Order: sequence, then structure tokens, then C-alpha cells
Amino acid sequence: MVEKIIFYIFAFIMVFGATMVITVRNPVRAALFLVLTFFASAAIWMLLEAEFLAITLVLVYVGAVMVLFLFVVMMLDINTARLKEGFIRYLPVGIGVAILLVVMLVGVVGPENFSLDKMAAPERHGIDYSNTRELGSVLYTVYVYPFEIAAVILLVAIVAAIALTLRKRPTTKYQNPDSQISVKRADRVRMVKMKSEDRK
Amino acid sequence: MLALSDFLILGAVMFGLSIAGIFINRKNIIILLMAIELMLLAVNMNFIAFSHFLGDTAGQVFVFFILTVAAAEAAIGLAILVVLFRNKRTINVTELDSMKG
Repeated sequence: MVEKIIFYIFAFIMVFGATMVITVRNPVRAALFLVLTFFASAAIWMLLEAEFLAITLVLVYVGAVMVLFLFVVMMLDINTARLKEGFIRYLPVGIGVAILLVVMLVGVVGPENFSLDKMAAPERHGIDYSNTRELGSVLYTVYVYPFEIAAVILLVAIVAAIALTLRKRPTTKYQNPDSQISVKRADRVRMVKMKSEDRK
Repeated sequence: MLALSDFLILGAVMFGLSIAGIFINRKNIIILLMAIELMLLAVNMNFIAFSHFLGDTAGQVFVFFILTVAAAEAAIGLAILVVLFRNKRTINVTELDSMKG
């Protein structure tokens, strides 16, 4: 019973947050509502005993990806009025397609196929169960090859993001190490022969 | 007790909302990217629900990889967005028509 109440509270927060993300005018607010949605969904994942992924969602998504989103949104000077043109025009189509899709999906995944008597709820794990240990024990053995590919994908993302946004301004002054180390003493210093001055 | 269908319906509703978001915010690339993140979240919800009810950790491992790829995708997408804004001074989809034949 308590589980049900927790589930419905966080499910409501999730649906509310997602609705606000797609309808608010200001992209900064949309990003903040997306953070709210991620927090609520992390709570629901905890209910499903996926503690590691719930924490990962908060750390990686809220901590890194959404901060990146907010950073970009605040850095770009966006005319939000122009971007909202056609909001009313496409609203009926959007709602129609969404309702159609949800009705079809619920027809497949609804209670007649996946209710409790079709698929019984599993036993709750004991207090000594560690989801992180469970996940780690398969991640580093069975899935070690995909794991390494994921690492390479992250590396590619780093390189691509830096290479895309790196810009060379012609007015920027920079050093040329090649010519710096190949310089000769004669290029810089000129020895002058002159008589020392008399002391006064 | 909560049934598997409760979680799957929640995922379906989230997916539908993000589809609606793509339709009604088709001018604003940033909101489009956020709708894609919501879509991935809905899919992850299904994976975790099935993983819990079938007692198989493979679903959670899959979600782990989806999170990795989604983070990479968001980073590259936002980098492209920054370059686009720097060159065109706009992120309005209707004004990005320079590749029209």
C-alpha cells in the first residue's frame, strides 16, 4: 500500500514535469522541469530496486548533462517569442498523435497482458543485497567488451565536442614553439664594442 | 502490490508526452533535444521494470549503456548547437535552410 502511494506521487510528479518541459515558454524553466522529472524517475527506479542506476541518473543526468543544457541555454541569446510561433498550430496534431500512441501502447502493455496474475511481483531482496555489486559482477565479466566500447564512445564524444567548438581567432596572439626553439643567439643579441665610461 | 503494467503504462505516457513535445516545439532545437532525453528516460523505465520483474540484471546493464550513449549524444548535440548559433546567430529550425537544393 505504501509502495503504491509512493509510486503514484512520483509518477504524478514525472508526468507533470514532462508536461511542463514541453509547454513552458522559457528554455531555462524547461531544463529545470526536466531535472524535476529525472529526480522523480530516480525515485521510481529505487522502488524497482535499481539503486545504482537511480543514483547514476541523478549524478550523470542532473549533475552533468542538465548542467550542460543549462549552460548552453544561458549562453545562447535566444529569442523565445519567435521560437514559440506555431505552438497553437501544431498543438492539436501533437496531442492527437500522442493520444493515439499512448492508447496503442497501453493496449499492448496494459493490465490484460502484464497484470500481477500474469507476471507475479518478485520477492524483495534482503538487507544484505547490493545492487551495485550485482551489476558490477556482470558488467566487468560478461559485458566487458560492450563496457570498453562505451568508454571509447565517451572518448569520441569528448574529442568531437572539443573539436567542434574549438575556434581559432586570427587576432589571437599565440606562441610558435618551433620558431622559439630554433632561434639563434645572433638573431636576438648584438654585441657592441664600446669604451667604458669614466667614473665621475 | 504494484504490477508490471503500472510501470509500463507510466513509460508509455512519458513516451507519448515526448512525442507531443517534438510536434509542438518543432522550432526550438533545445526543447527538441530535451524531448529526446525524455524519450530515452521512458525507454529506460521499461527496461528497468522488466529487469526487476524478470529478475534479470541484463536490463539494468542495457540502461547503463543507454545512459552512456545519451550523455555522449547530448554533449555532441549541444556542441553542434553552439557552433550553429555562432555561425547563424539563430537556432530557429525554420531559418536553418541553407542546405535547401
